[in-house]
This record gives sequence, C-alpha cells and structure tokens, in this order.
Amino acid sequence: MQSSVNKERQATAAPASPATPPPAIELKGISKAFGPVQANKDITISVAKGAIHGIVGENGAGKSTLMSILYGFYKADTGEVWIDGKLTAIPDSQAAIRAGIGMVHQHFKLVENFTVLENVVLGAEDGPRLTPSLSKARKSLTQLAKEYELDVDPDALIQDLSVGHQQRVEILKALYRKAEILILDEPTGVLTPAEADHLFRILRNLKNEGKTILVITHKLREIMDVTDSVSVMRRGEMKGTIPTSTTSPEDLAERMVGRKVLLKVDKTPANPADNVLEIQNLEVIDSAGVRRLKGIDLNIRAGEILGIAGVSGNGQSELMEVLGGYSNATGSVKLNGQELDLTGKHSDGQSRRHRGIAHVPEDRHREGLILEFSAWENTAFGYHNEPEYNGKILMDNAAIHQTCAEHMEQFDVRPPNPSLHARNFSGGNQQKIVLAREISRNPDLLLIGQPTRGVDVGAIEFIHQQIIALRDQGKAILLVSVELEEILSLSDRIAVMFDGQVMGERLPESTNEKELGLLMAGMDTSGNGGAI
Amino acid sequence: MEFFDTIIQISDSAVRLAIPLLLACLAGLFSERGGIFDIGLEGKMLAAAFLSAAVAAATGNVWLGLASGIGISVFLGLIHGVASITFRGDQLISGVAINFLAAGLTVVIGQAWFGLGGRTPPLSGSGRFANLEWPVADALQDVPVVGPIYAELISGHTVLVYVALLIVPLSWYVLFRTRFGLRLRAVGENPGAVDTAGISVVRLRYSAVIICGVLCGLAGAYLSTGLAAGFVKDMSAGRGFIALAALIFAKWRPVQALIACLLFGFLEAIANRYQSIDTGAFEIPVQFMQALPYILTVVILAGFIGKAIPPKAGGEAYVKER
Repeated sequence: MQSSVNKERQATAAPASPATPPPAIELKGISKAFGPVQANKDITISVAKGAIHGIVGENGAGKSTLMSILYGFYKADTGEVWIDGKLTAIPDSQAAIRAGIGMVHQHFKLVENFTVLENVVLGAEDGPRLTPSLSKARKSLTQLAKEYELDVDPDALIQDLSVGHQQRVEILKALYRKAEILILDEPTGVLTPAEADHLFRILRNLKNEGKTILVITHKLREIMDVTDSVSVMRRGEMKGTIPTSTTSPEDLAERMVGRKVLLKVDKTPANPADNVLEIQNLEVIDSAGVRRLKGIDLNIRAGEILGIAGVSGNGQSELMEVLGGYSNATGSVKLNGQELDLTGKHSDGQSRRHRGIAHVPEDRHREGLILEFSAWENTAFGYHNEPEYNGKILMDNAAIHQTCAEHMEQFDVRPPNPSLHARNFSGGNQQKIVLAREISRNPDLLLIGQPTRGVDVGAIEFIHQQIIALRDQGKAILLVSVELEEILSLSDRIAVMFDGQVMGERLPESTNEKELGLLMAGMDTSGNGGAI
Repeated sequence: MEFFDTIIQISDSAVRLAIPLLLACLAGLFSERGGIFDIGLEGKMLAAAFLSAAVAAATGNVWLGLASGIGISVFLGLIHGVASITFRGDQLISGVAINFLAAGLTVVIGQAWFGLGGRTPPLSGSGRFANLEWPVADALQDVPVVGPIYAELISGHTVLVYVALLIVPLSWYVLFRTRFGLRLRAVGENPGAVDTAGISVVRLRYSAVIICGVLCGLAGAYLSTGLAAGFVKDMSAGRGFIALAALIFAKWRPVQALIACLLFGFLEAIANRYQSIDTGAFEIPVQFMQALPYILTVVILAGFIGKAIPPKAGGEAYVKER
C-alpha cells in the first residue's frame, strides 16, 4: 500500500524555480458550501515545507471544514490543492494518506478496545494476514518512539491510556503511514499543561525532521509558543497569514473576531460578605465502590468566585453533581446556613433550583440541553413547574417562548430564533442559552462547569463578563474549569482538587500556573509535605 | 451401559439441534461485529428453510435447494443492509420487518405452490442431505465406549453439521488473524476510525451483512433439508432469537458461541427425549421441559453471565462528521 505513494498525484509539475522548494501545501481558491451556509469562501493559503503553521479562528470560522477538505473528508466545491508543488486530487481520505497527509482529529479516531498496535495498523496492513503486519508495525513503533519521544506501550489497550498517550497513538498512526504533513485539530483541548508541553516538544522534533505541521486551535498562547506562522480565518474567509514573531495574542484575537477583544478579564477586587455555601466532610462513593470525594471542606461567600482547578476526573464533576442534586453523598452542605438534603427525596435538580442554586453543567450537550429540542423548550428545563410557565392544565408555551426570546436578546444569542433546535446553535450560543436560563432566576449560588469549553473568543469575553456581573450583584459562584488561565483570571480564590481531595487553596494574585500545575498533579507545594 | 448409551444419544441429538443455532449465531456475530444489529436472523432462517425445501422438492436436488436458501437469505440481508446502511434506518425496525415478511410469505407462497397448508412435500433421497457414514463406523459399532462415540456422535451427520463446526475456527481466524477481521471489528466499534483510515465503512458493513446472509441461509437449509425432511410453518421456532441470546452469552466470540449453542442444543435434546420427568415427589411437566431453552434465554439475558459489552457502534448508522 505504501509503495503506491505518489502514484495518485497528478504529475502536473508546478513552474517553481529550483532554488526555493515548493510549499508543502498550497490551497488555491477553495470554496465549500453546506446548503445555504458558505463554510469556506475562496480560501488561498500556502504553507512552507518544514514549518509549524497555525490556523486560528472562532468556532464556525471554517477551519475544520478546510482541514477536512485537505484530508479528503469533504470535497471542495471549487479550488485546487497543491502538495509539494503538484496539483493533487484528494477525493477521499485514502488519497490524502497517499499524498502524505496525516490528521489528528480533535475527537480521537481510535478503536477503544484495540491495542495501540492494532490501531496503528488498521487501514495500513501489508496483506490479508494480520500477524506479519503487526510485527512489522511493532518494529516501526519502537523506532518512531525513540526518534520523537513518542513512547507508548504497543500492547496497551486504548481505553487504558490517558488522553495524552491516546494522542501520541494518533500521531504514530500518521507517521506509520509516512505522513510528511501532519494536521492537528485542537490538540491541547484535553491535555494537562505538562502533557501539552510534551506535545510541543514532539511537534518541534517532527519539524526538525522536515515534517510540515498544521495546528488548528483557538488557544492563542499556544499559537504564540509553537508556530512559525499563523493564518487567521473569520466567517469562512481567510483574513491573512503572518509570521508569528510579528504578532501578539491581542492582535490575533482582534483579527479573529473583527473587533477589539479583552483577553484579560476586567474585574474589581471582590467584596465578599457572609458564607453562602459551607461544605463539610463531603464524601461520595460511586456505584463501583470507589471513593470519588474524600472529605471535601469548602466554603463560598456572597460576592465571591471560588475557582476549582484540577485535571478532569479528580472529583470536580462529582462535586458539581452533588451540589446540583443528581448524585448522593454523605457529609454536610449548608446553603445560607440551612442543610441541603444529600440523599433523600429533596435531593434533585428541581429542589436545588428552588433553594436558589443555579447550575450550568460541565457537559452542556448531555446535561445542559436536549439538543433535539428547540431553544424555547430548553429554556424551561429545570423550571418547567414554575407558575409562570404553566396554565391551569397545560403548559403556557407562549410564555416560555416569550422568555426565551427575551433571553436571546439580553445574551445576544445568534440567530435569535427560539424555535431552532438547540443542536443548530454554535457552542457559544448554546452556552448562552443555558447561562441565561440559569442566572435569570436570581439564584444565590451559581455552579458553573467549563463555562467556555468549545466557545469562541467573542463569546468567552461575554460569558466571563456575565459571571463577574453576577458576582458583583453579591452572588456566590463555584467555577470548575480545566483551563488554568480561566481559573486564574476569574477566581477570587482558587481551590485545587486532586484525587477527590482539596490539595490546597491559593489566591490568584499570589500563585501561578506552575504552582497550580504541581498541586493538580498531587504535589504539595507548601514545602512541608512532598508528594502524597 | 444403558445410561452411557442414553448420554450418547442425547449428545448426538444435541449436536444436531445446536447446528442451526450455531450457524445463526455466527451469522449474527459477523453482522454485529460489523456494527449492524440483526434481529432478523429468525426471518432469514425461515425464508431459507422454506425456499431450500421448496426448490429441493421441485428439483429433487438438495444442493440447488441449499443455493436458493442462501440466495433468499442474502437477499433479505441486503434489504436490511440497504435500509440500515445506505438509508441509515433503524436496524431493529428493518429486522422486525424481515421477520414478519418471512413468517407471512413462506406460508402464503407455500400454500400457493404446493397446496399443503404451508408445508412443502416431504423430501426424500437426493432432495435431502444424507447422513455421512464415516469409514469403519459399522465395524466399530460394537466396540465398547469408543464405538458408540465414533459411530453415533462423530459419524453419521449431514455434511452441513461438519461444515458448521469447521466454520467456528474459521470465523475465529478471520476475525482475529486477518486484515478483514481487524477492519470488521473496528467498524463495529468506531466507524470513524475506519473512515479516517481511508477504508469504506459502507463496503465493510455490506460484507458483514452478506456473510450474515450466507450463514443464515445455511442454518435455514439445514433445518428443512437436514434436520427435518421438508418445510413446516414457523419451523425456525424462535431459533433466531435464541441464537441472539447465545451470541450475547458468548460475548460475540466464535468458540464461546459454539459452547453456548451446544448448551442450548443439549437442553432441547433433553426436552425432546424426556417428555416428562418423574422426580418421585412430583412430576416435571412436559411443557416445562420444552420451555427450558427459552427460560434459559431469559435468565441469560437478565445478566447472569456478567457484563457482556456489545460492539460499541452497533445499531447506529454511520454519519460522517467533522
């Protein structure tokens, strides 16, 4: 299979001068429409061989569509793809692989109950029998691991690997197929800071070997750290390519959104009053008998944002679930001095909302919204028994519709159409629908998980402003986020969770990402403990 | 010695009864490993049983019957494929539709062709699969222990029985030691991984459905031309569903599927032999014995076997996403 590399390339040589090598990738006039939506408009871009090139843009700017065209997932309506100075037709992914293009998708395309080796070999087998292919791949993986710091146990099952390792498998898959061009879609979304650093080292190693790397991301800091040049996309159009050394995060954000954006959250010092939430010795044991929370003590005061930092899966979700009322626990949680029921019949989302706890769940697709329902229906969830949404017998749909329309106006949801299915809004607009629903009821406590996951720069700014505004009204806010930057810039106090425990509390002005990163990894940084 | 003979006879009958289950179970295995849930095993088996018997009766050639049985089963499988792969329909619904179609059409067409109330004429001679007598089976018959095992249990089955038993290791090899098997298992777990690797999800899933059709066809043909001598209305008698239960029992693995099907076959054989069992204190009624395989199915499905994790992408049509 590998021997047929290049055969498919149409050998129409480009009139490039012999002195400068042709660009690794050249896209000329690519356009792609999905129905009435023009996802890519006449995109032209050129990426030099051996460069790390970033593509930034808001959600829906067309980055992923463009890369999917390059990887043969979609066919462009018009336009040409030139690889190494040759016009190349890429009708499907097989052709892209043959042209030396590899892609690491945002959501990994791995078979979870296969071994690393089987995943690497899948689609690149040498013959109908598996055993020779597997032993050849095993040798090749050892080689690649040595060359690029890509160590993964070839016999491990994917489901037993951390996301960082799974990502390495995706990179190995591409390299095993002799990829010269590697596309990474939002590669650090799920990584810890340390894992992200390791990834960047791998990328630099690959670059030194002459590979060309395309990184799609909305994280501007990464673009600044790792790329040589960067292209900005906005609403399906290419807004220009610039060397990274001549730009700044603020400049890139402005190009992406089309107006000045405040990257730094603008907030005044907090004015905390009385305790709103007091958590004592909170314990959660899951159905498999594993202790997920091991005696949590926390408190949040009115007019204060408590940020919970931590690598996902260290108990933050369980904490949110208990407070949100859909998971049982032992211990004590007091809201405004009154106990919350943690086990009995008043432990559910609706009772919690009655008590003044609003909840923006971490996973808005699974817990925040019903994607197949319209926006106005989603507006009522959790509050559907409220008198103003109900007539004598039937629900007052007109009232819900009306409320939704008001929310959409206040929160600048686009398109402002309450009848549209939740699925059809972008991530940022979906989050605005949830946030509007939760905070428009004047809650005492807001639980908000991953407020800006999958949300574009413009909407992030808006959502952050809303959270700060709520704090300034004297509400207590519990913020859970895996984005350290977000925790640092929003929180008035930071608690770090590791393995179901609170490792310590820090003030944002007197700590930094490094210290928090160590706490997140379970290291005590106070100097008297060491690792747990 | 009489007890030993009884065991041999029951085992012999268990093997015969397990074969249609085994073939259907392996059919389901290929389909579900490829991500297509197939509740229509029953219908495909029934249609194949009917057409095999009908063609064998008309032509007197059981091989033509077998080919027709496989043909109709593959055809129904392709209907399931078109509905669930090409048009991304609900796999349960199209499977159920195939079951209804087969249950109704076999009787209606059978009546129209033969006028025997939905039966086909009894098959004999070359219209049926004959039992293959192995060499020196007769001579060994009277040797104690080894004789009956060889002559009754090992020798004296139709060719389809041996074929079915050979398909078990073959399936294992194909699934776990070949490129096709790797891709098939992958497409049932994560079709996205297969698609991005540049392999056609649709083509793989169609091949799964076709293999499933061939195996169901064998199962059906065996029912009417091997196990019995002719087609009787509803003769598959829920075997397609028991095969699905056996598939879950076997956790989608070929060798375990053989064991599960032998267990079901054994229960059915006992039920057939002992119409009722007198325990001394009370009598176990015949209805209970006949219900045993089905009761076992329910018990198994209620989760007595530990965690059986089906192929993750099973039952879902693949839609390309960015």
